[in-house]
Amino acid sequence: MVANTHEQEFETQELLINMGPQHPSTHGVFRMVLGVDGEVVTDVVPHIGYMHRGAEKLCETMDFRQGVGYMDRTEYLANFNAELSYVLAVEKLAGIEVPERAQWVRMILCELNRLSSHFMFTGAFGTDVGVFGTAFVYSFREREVLLDLFEEITGDRLMYAYFRPGGLAWEVPDNFESRVHEVLLSAERGIRDMDGLLTQNEIFLARTKGVGAISAADAIDWGMSGPSLRASGVPLDLRRDDPYLYYPQVKFDVITGEAGDVFDRYHVRLKEMRESVRIIEQCMERLADGPILPERLPRMLRTPPGEIYERTEAPRGEYGIYLVSQGGNRPYRLKIRSACLSNLQALRDMTIGHYVADAVVILGSIDIVLCEVDR
Amino acid sequence: MNGEIFGFEINIWLDALARLGLAVGLMTVAAMALIYLERKVIARFQQRLGPTRTGPAGILQSPADALKLLGKEDLRPKNADPWVFELAPYFVFVPIFLVFVAIPFAFGWQIRILELGLLYVLAVSSINIVGWVMAGWGSDNRYAMLGALRAAAQGISYELPLVIALVAVAMVVSLPGDVRGSLNLGEIVTEQGHIPYIVWQPLAFVIFYVAMLAELNRTPFDIPVGESEVVGGPFVEYSGIRWSMFFLGEYTALLLLSLLGAAVFLGGWAWPLGETVAEQNEILGVLYQFGLTAAKTGFLIFTVFWVRATMPRMRVDQLMAFSWKVLLPLSFAQILANGLVLVYGWPDVLLLLASGAGLVLLAVIIDRAVKRPAERPGRPSGALEGEAAT
Repeated sequence: MVANTHEQEFETQELLINMGPQHPSTHGVFRMVLGVDGEVVTDVVPHIGYMHRGAEKLCETMDFRQGVGYMDRTEYLANFNAELSYVLAVEKLAGIEVPERAQWVRMILCELNRLSSHFMFTGAFGTDVGVFGTAFVYSFREREVLLDLFEEITGDRLMYAYFRPGGLAWEVPDNFESRVHEVLLSAERGIRDMDGLLTQNEIFLARTKGVGAISAADAIDWGMSGPSLRASGVPLDLRRDDPYLYYPQVKFDVITGEAGDVFDRYHVRLKEMRESVRIIEQCMERLADGPILPERLPRMLRTPPGEIYERTEAPRGEYGIYLVSQGGNRPYRLKIRSACLSNLQALRDMTIGHYVADAVVILGSIDIVLCEVDR
Repeated sequence: MNGEIFGFEINIWLDALARLGLAVGLMTVAAMALIYLERKVIARFQQRLGPTRTGPAGILQSPADALKLLGKEDLRPKNADPWVFELAPYFVFVPIFLVFVAIPFAFGWQIRILELGLLYVLAVSSINIVGWVMAGWGSDNRYAMLGALRAAAQGISYELPLVIALVAVAMVVSLPGDVRGSLNLGEIVTEQGHIPYIVWQPLAFVIFYVAMLAELNRTPFDIPVGESEVVGGPFVEYSGIRWSMFFLGEYTALLLLSLLGAAVFLGGWAWPLGETVAEQNEILGVLYQFGLTAAKTGFLIFTVFWVRATMPRMRVDQLMAFSWKVLLPLSFAQILANGLVLVYGWPDVLLLLASGAGLVLLAVIIDRAVKRPAERPGRPSGALEGEAAT
């Protein structure tokens, strides 16, 4: 009885901890409210929507070429991949044939963009697990080299708007090939550095192995895609399973993990970067001179009425564009299938039961881009 | 009553004031230098330059920062507990400075020669945990609270291995006249003239070093202040001079424990040839001994920076498990082995052998622990599936 009254006097309360939208480790403006019992997380309530700017609605008021710019702003770490989905959808709907050279350049740029995006991930993830900036700086050194190349090609560091329905905005610079080779060398060095700094670090292993594990069935149920899904052991890669561009013509492996934990999500990405390097090297061999836009491209691009869903494998997963056209020069309705939004759904499932410190690492391992989640 | 400081006769109160002033002044400067050094060293690890603009090579950066902090408003949250909040920095700051009284820098160069110096150092330096908890509690902030609880748990857990590792050395100190054991830091250093204790007690040194990182809340044990988790821990709500006192306290503690490690394990000013040089030439000897202390301390501090630049942070349960399940039993085993050797008068080589075996065991335990994936503490597997169905 004494113990009982004691309990009534000191009721155990769940402590709510607010993380974000301004917190050093919420990637972008993401807010999650953690219910904690001591150090163990008992509940996670994510809040999204701080970055909602109505990109989909805005695209309805722009013609098909202007829409490309909005794709950049949704997925600002993998702009080429985002542009690609949109451009492919428009091309398919309008029935435009794209010249071969433009396709190869697109492939190279998309894979380079995957590298830069994954470097961003390794850097931010290193900070999440608590390396004081070193992983971040090493990653950003390589990412900077990639961004320099993108700037030389497109004139912009972040918002490229370089793909066009039908091909590319303009021809790549003359030294494109030699520059890509340089960039690949530095990217390989960066991957090696990450391996040395994180993958083989005992504390890193202790922090990531077995944390935030999600089974293959659960991952599919939540609609996850990309490296986060493959880490759970589902070998789904749209580049192989729903091919676009010339991916069937290049050789690469689909990397999968086993446990679906944080370490696998990290390691799948790191291995994927090596595959990207392989793909780019093959693309560089196949790249030949030629036109970058179709010979007859209408000044005002119109599509016949119809609808289409076109998806590509972006660094974070399936980036899909659902485009409805009622004829005319602008979409009637545009819907972006965001990889991050779906991947983020599994956050609660992954986090509950782990420590507060793990919540940060798990969130980091999903690798979200809030602009893509909220659009 | 007159005291004596560095050979000058002086009134005892003035003497006390002078010694205190010396400690505070020197250590403040040293802490600012350390902040500058850390920024430079870590910058080099990260392929950056660090501070370069203020003064030549940026050496005035720390004074500039200090001035800036002095000029900042001293904010206090509305709901904070005023007394606890305002007093917390002193509880962190003051004990650490008091500790310097007992640290030997060179032969005879010690603010006070204490017979129980080691005990004094350990007793006084652990008071600062109270300050951390006060800061966390008084701030009325959940991050601060979480950080303070972590700091308290960590401080208590690692105090024990730290103390016992030092006890292991204090036991085996061999004094003239076949007496073993001393807590006098001066004696401990003097007896290392030929072989520093890291050779006899490598396991104790490793335990001391790990516990030191934890006591200092440095990476990989910076859990209480983890920037990416609790946003700076107990100090979230502090600003201006109070915050800088915490900061100064942290770096002074780093210097203190490095000095202690250098003195107890690495031979302080005595090894190598500290006394021989002093016999040849007095002034040169003092300089040489200061140089030895500085070099060893500097090396320890550098390794702390090095670890910070490359290591991720451990998790709170791993931290506790490492202390209670690994370090503490091993440190007990160490003093047990030492005790046996001393009681039965076995040769000293056995100290080294036992300690080395412990070190190997430590490596094996860590290796095995790393390879085992973590479990979810708060949820048996599959518990969420029932929830999703409802």
